[in-house]
Amino acid sequence: MKYISEYRDPAAAQLISAQIHQEVRAEREYRFMEFCGGHTHAIARYGVTELLPKNVRMIHGPGCPVCVLPIGRVDQAIKMALEHNVILCTYGDTLRVPASDELTLMKAKARGAEIRMVYSVSDALQLARSQPERQVVFFAIGFETTTPPTAMVLQAAAREGLNNFSVLCCHVLTPPAITHILESAPKGEAAVLDGFIGPAHVSIIIGSDAYAPFAQTYQKPVVIAGFEPIDVLQAILMLVRQVNSGRAEVENEFIRAVHPLGNAVALAAMDDVFELRESFEWRGLGEMPLSALRLSSRYRAFDAEVKFPCPYQSVSDHKQCECGSILRGVKSPTDCKLFGNVCTPESPMGSCMVSSEGACAAHYSYGRFRDVTEASL
Amino acid sequence: MKKNYVRALDIKNGRVDMNHGAGGRAAKQLIDEIFAPAFDNIYLAQGDDGARLPMPVGAALVMSTDAHVVQPLFFAGSDIGRLAVHGTINDVAMMAATPLYLTASFIIEEGLQLRVLRDVVNSMAQAAKEAGVPIVTGDTKVVEQGKGDGVFISTTGLGGASAEHQVSGANAKVGDVVLLSGCIADHGVAVLAQRESLQFESDIVSDSAALHTLVAALMTALPSGALHVLRDPTRGGLATTLNEIALQSKVGIDLMENQIPIRSATEAACELLGLDPLYIANEGKLIAIVDAQYAELALATLRQHALGESAAIIGKVTEDAHCFVQMQTRLGGRRVVDWLSGEPLPRIC
Repeated sequence: MKYISEYRDPAAAQLISAQIHQEVRAEREYRFMEFCGGHTHAIARYGVTELLPKNVRMIHGPGCPVCVLPIGRVDQAIKMALEHNVILCTYGDTLRVPASDELTLMKAKARGAEIRMVYSVSDALQLARSQPERQVVFFAIGFETTTPPTAMVLQAAAREGLNNFSVLCCHVLTPPAITHILESAPKGEAAVLDGFIGPAHVSIIIGSDAYAPFAQTYQKPVVIAGFEPIDVLQAILMLVRQVNSGRAEVENEFIRAVHPLGNAVALAAMDDVFELRESFEWRGLGEMPLSALRLSSRYRAFDAEVKFPCPYQSVSDHKQCECGSILRGVKSPTDCKLFGNVCTPESPMGSCMVSSEGACAAHYSYGRFRDVTEASL
Repeated sequence: MKKNYVRALDIKNGRVDMNHGAGGRAAKQLIDEIFAPAFDNIYLAQGDDGARLPMPVGAALVMSTDAHVVQPLFFAGSDIGRLAVHGTINDVAMMAATPLYLTASFIIEEGLQLRVLRDVVNSMAQAAKEAGVPIVTGDTKVVEQGKGDGVFISTTGLGGASAEHQVSGANAKVGDVVLLSGCIADHGVAVLAQRESLQFESDIVSDSAALHTLVAALMTALPSGALHVLRDPTRGGLATTLNEIALQSKVGIDLMENQIPIRSATEAACELLGLDPLYIANEGKLIAIVDAQYAELALATLRQHALGESAAIIGKVTEDAHCFVQMQTRLGGRRVVDWLSGEPLPRIC
């Protein structure tokens, strides 16, 4: 724990917090988006907001892979398990995501679907090896962080010539999502966002250079940061400094793990196994061109969508759901009529409530005492 | 005369089959050869449909029941048998009562190895003996293969309530101090670490323990009226149990994260598995909420007991109409410590 506790040190936190307080300009507001669910989680779990000045606002972005997974994709997974009788392996986070017909993967399991939670895609591969008479499908979700492991497992499956293993590929890409958020910012109005905390684990794969175009094109500072609270605080300080000096650069706080060019081996494996989808629906953000991956033609035999056809059907969220605006940083969870009312972590209606990393769930679970304090002032 | 005309059970290679649940000779043999010798006590030896027991001395009777399902049946530091004894003893003890008798019923899955059943029963008997609480009556049923998970054990406990101490989850008062008897999350992590899908080696063992002597020590040390709430934070962990108390007492609870005891190996395992230790089950820990005036005495009393060596004061009871459990984080921030939503699931990021 030593190497982690250093990044959770209260004395260091106080020091950086004091520095931020000293350097912010009282006359303006600072609105930073942390793209990743991992950062949202760190901010919520360690109470980082309490250490920030009132005029520094953190906006939770769409970087929670579970949150942006559209309902229709979960429907596909459930269909494969219930109708094609496959063993569906999935990361734990997806089990509770609400799908159509009041179902979730967990509820589908109660109806007899064979659904297994795995910690790693290689556990799914291992299951396929040990049960050659059953078809095993891995429900592959996540950003560039979870994509290389899927790629490498598929390479292994191809080498072994396994014919009972396939992948329902819902891997999505970070850069198109950031572009979308910036493109959809209201034109002519005051900028909604003053800068980004760049992803930690995603950046280990794609490298810090990948963000240079945003910083330049949209004139927004990006600071890549680790997932520990000290990382987040340090990144906020670096963002404040960029804003104050009028810079818009990519800076790397997470130098202990992120290389400018990323991880070449992982990127090569991704290139080998995947190709871009023309378009992919993101929950809360809608269809985005070139924003997700599917298996390349060489790996078609391992594509669950080809093997167990069940066409993708888009399912829309509740009309009053504000997730789209919340993910873009235009609205906050409490602006939504459904928040905490009919949409709660127990019965999530929108994407931001489905995982603890979602903006609404994080606010509900960790931050709602602040609404009460503010309301009673 | 020949001692008996029955061939002894083949404990080494035999398995439970449907005959063992049919109530005939096979059922009697299972009881005579596995259960009766292990649990042996004068009440069970009466051999009747129920046990005739002396009336407990106390202000009132306390009764509690608990069903136990766990996979794997044996895990580091404990097993389903010990858990079934400890769990119910603890539930009775948390009512400020002295546990006196236990009952046990077993739902056994056809095909369970007799050797495994014997080990579970022996372990249960050992735990009951250590705790000094006899299993006075019981029942067994057998279900077809696929309809159980090896064995399910349900236990009920009967105890005599203290005349001096009346505790309830509704008794926490503003200004009270919250104590915890030791390190959190060991049980849940020990069980998780043993699941086959997690290739995960650790020396973390379950904290499964009977807490009635620890409760007795507190009841002896503290004056009448000083002890307000006793709870064991089992399923749902410390966070969920404190939320239950806050809601029941209509108060808030304010925690200090840096005071909550946790072993570094357990903390590291939770970190790796993406789990929050505040929500992980404990089977040998108690929360005591006491009058602030007696907090230090309560702490010293807990620490003097082998099961409370790492006890700590972890927070206080506050006035809060919203019944929030809040926490000063180790980092120096604040946050809500919410109810558990569903099952604790790992995060992928």
